[in-house]
Amino acid sequence: MKKYLAAVASLLLFPASAGAADNVKIGFITTLSGPAGIIGKHMKDASELALMMLGGKVGGVPAQIVYGDDQQKPDIGRQVADEMLTRDKVDFLTGVIWSNVMLAIYQPAIQSGTLLISANAGPHEIAGEKCAPNFFSASWQNDQTPEAMGKFMDDQKMSDVYLIAPDYAAGHDMMSGFKRFFKGKVVAETYAKFGQSDYQVEISQIRDANPKAVFAFLPGGMGIQFVKQYAQAGMREKIPLYSAFTVDETTLPAIGDAAEGNYEVGFWSPDLDNPRNKEFVTAFRQKYNYWPSYYAAQSFDAIAMIDRAVAAAKGDLADKKTMIAALEKADFPSVRGKFKYNTNHFPIENFYLLRIVKDPDGGYVRKTEKTVFADHADAYAGECKMQH
Amino acid sequence: MGGRCGAIFVALAALALVPAVATVAEAPFYIGLFARIMVFAIAALSLDLILGYGGLVSFGHAAYFGIGAYAVGILSYYGVNDGIAHFATAFIAAAIAALFIGFVSLRTSGVYFIMITLAFGQMVYFVGIGLNEYGGDDGLNIARHSNFGAALDFDRPVVFYYFTYALLLLFLFLGGRIVRSRFGMLLQGVKSNERRMIALGFPTFRYKLAAFVMAGAVCGIAGALFANLTLFVSPSIMHWTRSGEIMMMVILGGLGSLVGPVFGAAVYLILESVLSRLTEHWQAVLGPLLILVVLFSKTGLYGIFAVSRRRSG
Amino acid sequence: MIYAIEQVLNGVQFGVMLFLMAAGLTLIFGIMNLINLAHGSLYMIGAYVAAGVFSATGSFLLGLAAALTAAVLIGIAIEIIVFRTLYERDHLDQVLATFGLILFFNEMVRILWGSTALYMPVPGFLSGRVELLPGIPYPAYRVAIIAVGLAIALLLYLVIARTRIGMLIRAGASNRVMLGALGINVTLLYTLVFALGSALAALAGVMAGPIFTVESGMGESVLILAFVVIVIGGIGSIRGAFIAALLVGVVDATGRAFLRPFLTIFMGGSAAAKFGPALASMLIYILMVAVLFVRPQGLFPPRGL
Repeated sequence: MKKYLAAVASLLLFPASAGAADNVKIGFITTLSGPAGIIGKHMKDASELALMMLGGKVGGVPAQIVYGDDQQKPDIGRQVADEMLTRDKVDFLTGVIWSNVMLAIYQPAIQSGTLLISANAGPHEIAGEKCAPNFFSASWQNDQTPEAMGKFMDDQKMSDVYLIAPDYAAGHDMMSGFKRFFKGKVVAETYAKFGQSDYQVEISQIRDANPKAVFAFLPGGMGIQFVKQYAQAGMREKIPLYSAFTVDETTLPAIGDAAEGNYEVGFWSPDLDNPRNKEFVTAFRQKYNYWPSYYAAQSFDAIAMIDRAVAAAKGDLADKKTMIAALEKADFPSVRGKFKYNTNHFPIENFYLLRIVKDPDGGYVRKTEKTVFADHADAYAGECKMQH
Repeated sequence: MGGRCGAIFVALAALALVPAVATVAEAPFYIGLFARIMVFAIAALSLDLILGYGGLVSFGHAAYFGIGAYAVGILSYYGVNDGIAHFATAFIAAAIAALFIGFVSLRTSGVYFIMITLAFGQMVYFVGIGLNEYGGDDGLNIARHSNFGAALDFDRPVVFYYFTYALLLLFLFLGGRIVRSRFGMLLQGVKSNERRMIALGFPTFRYKLAAFVMAGAVCGIAGALFANLTLFVSPSIMHWTRSGEIMMMVILGGLGSLVGPVFGAAVYLILESVLSRLTEHWQAVLGPLLILVVLFSKTGLYGIFAVSRRRSG
Repeated sequence: MIYAIEQVLNGVQFGVMLFLMAAGLTLIFGIMNLINLAHGSLYMIGAYVAAGVFSATGSFLLGLAAALTAAVLIGIAIEIIVFRTLYERDHLDQVLATFGLILFFNEMVRILWGSTALYMPVPGFLSGRVELLPGIPYPAYRVAIIAVGLAIALLLYLVIARTRIGMLIRAGASNRVMLGALGINVTLLYTLVFALGSALAALAGVMAGPIFTVESGMGESVLILAFVVIVIGGIGSIRGAFIAALLVGVVDATGRAFLRPFLTIFMGGSAAAKFGPALASMLIYILMVAVLFVRPQGLFPPRGL
């Protein structure tokens, strides 16, 4: 019985295709199960769309995307990455939503020489001293987005701002990013429990402190709850709510009108006016019938980058140098328009102020209002000692 | 008895052969996978000591796993790489934590015990998240393996594999001796009827606490091994759901058998890996599977082998 | 001063919400000696069905009715399929089997309703604010939650203590075999109690839907808190659950609001900023450990309810 089980197990475990050298294998690590699975869905849908639009090929070579579920846990992410690198022998590794997962897989990925393209996470460690030539970001460095909000509020000469974020590494990073550019007075900096559902206590605190504005970083379900409760407490009319990574296309459907009029900040929005983005958003809405989020946009770009890299190396996947040089030029069509890469392979890009408004087709969308930061570079590039 | 011994022997022999087979098949990935299975098997068998034999349902066992792993991580962070220091600290730190937690928790019983161990587990988890110096929830990368000298170079996966294998055999042997000793008998007596044991004059609290500390310390060693395997630790390995997973491994494999958890760890980890490849809704399959195992097979997989062997032999 | 009272009120409201969850849990555990981790799943199902029906019909009340019906039906189904075998088993088996149910239901709602969190607004007639304290507008919906919670507490007390059915329930808790011998259909009684517990969980879920996120796994965090509440209160005691829920709610709220300023007095700003949030997260667990250390059976271990 045991031998039978072992045989079946090994049949299932051995890789399906061994040694098809003319095939590009792309490993995509994301979260597919659990409540954060919605983000994984956006990313998977976008990357599949991108590959489909390329005719199933990158750089002219037939390609296959292998998806792995990190279950939002860094040690599982590490295990999935190990599997992809050693068992599936992927030629590219991409995806990765969470900074702690990225930090867990970074070392083995970089050491293997495989090209690692982040479609979301951008912890500051890998923008600075841990930078590596075979890493590229298709998104941003974590601090850049709150920095943009900090700059906007500073430009507006706002003062007395109340900050709120969950008590974990990313929460603290976001707030330091904000304070890097916001020089006004911070009334309070509150860190709520990660995964907290009821924010009435913090909302009462906000009312008592009476700031001029609130800046929040509360991703996922936390943001949905906070924004809804904030509106129900009647605070929205009194103290405007600004946020980053809190109200986006993955959470807007659940928040609904409680988010109307709120401000967000980001490097991309579905209505960004460039031909590539229009192509992407139209195709995405047509195929999947919902608004893509920046997670989707970043994943779409990641596949385009892989396409560009393979094309430059003319299908020779071992020629990492050519691929890296090609990617550094950042001349592939990107949904964010034209941009450049910094010395640490993080983008130098624009950041926009976004407003949540009603969508004529029903629901709510994020609309670009103005550019807050043109060609914004991240704060850690100076620490990167990478040779070129 | 023959059926069970046969199953154990086959399993352990198979484990010994994995590196050879994997190298020949040019699939070194499996060395890592089975090393991982053995690490969790050690954690699971440590839980089996108090769960299967002592009847103590500890929902905070992953905390000791994490403490052991962080012992290695934190020492490494400060540049201490000596293997003996790593493993000794893991063992002692986990033992001390288990002593403290056990002392407070074992005053309760039943579901109160379950909840209080869960609470302590969560507290350790939150402490881990709050430790910004060691990465907080971003986790901690470990620069180097534990250094046991030139003879035991963990940078080579096969060496690490056999080190873990040796520890697994050691703990299985020691565990077997303990449960068959007077101490073990008394522990099982406490599980079946604690009042009778007290009436007979045995200091049951002390026995339970001793078992609890032993289990915690061994789990700490498993954690230290884990830190060496992945070269990365994060608080997520201490969350109460991970304690639930270790418990599932024990149940799947066979409660109160010590060897059963080895099977349980293997089945659980392989199943999780295979299922999550097949469908993103793998939890909808794993859930009912677990229910079926609990409802119909008290003795787990190990029990199934034992019975079928006996019937055919 | 008003601010402090407001925070205590917040704690009370949170406590009442916890009570809605804890009541069903302690009832099932106390009467049938069954640990039911799937209680969180019934809470989730209540929220999902209500949100789904609301999107389809626009009526909150219709959603509530549908949610309660669905939860009762599903509750009875799992009682018959899974729990009948588990009554005789030990707690570990119950924990694991119901843990399996959690995994299953979490994925089922994702399969049925997709991965995006569902939208559920506060019903129109409750979306305003009430000035409970001078100068502090309090969301009307939360006042409604407090009202519903108190009503349920009263109702449960009356049913359990003053009706014949309640008497049968209490009898079944103390001696099931005897009750059976007296000719009462104990199986039916248990199913009834389980249905009641499921309805309570679903009600909590429906009430939580507009203010919390309706997503897969939403039951887990509330479940842990509910367990903490019934353990502190004494398992099987509705009164204990009520008092413990309020205690937990107030401790949690005041901890989050005042712990850091409190610590700042003793250890200075930056240390308080480091330890404050972590300590506040652990406060409820510390409370539970403290209570159990002094009274290992909880505050009000019942002899009957």
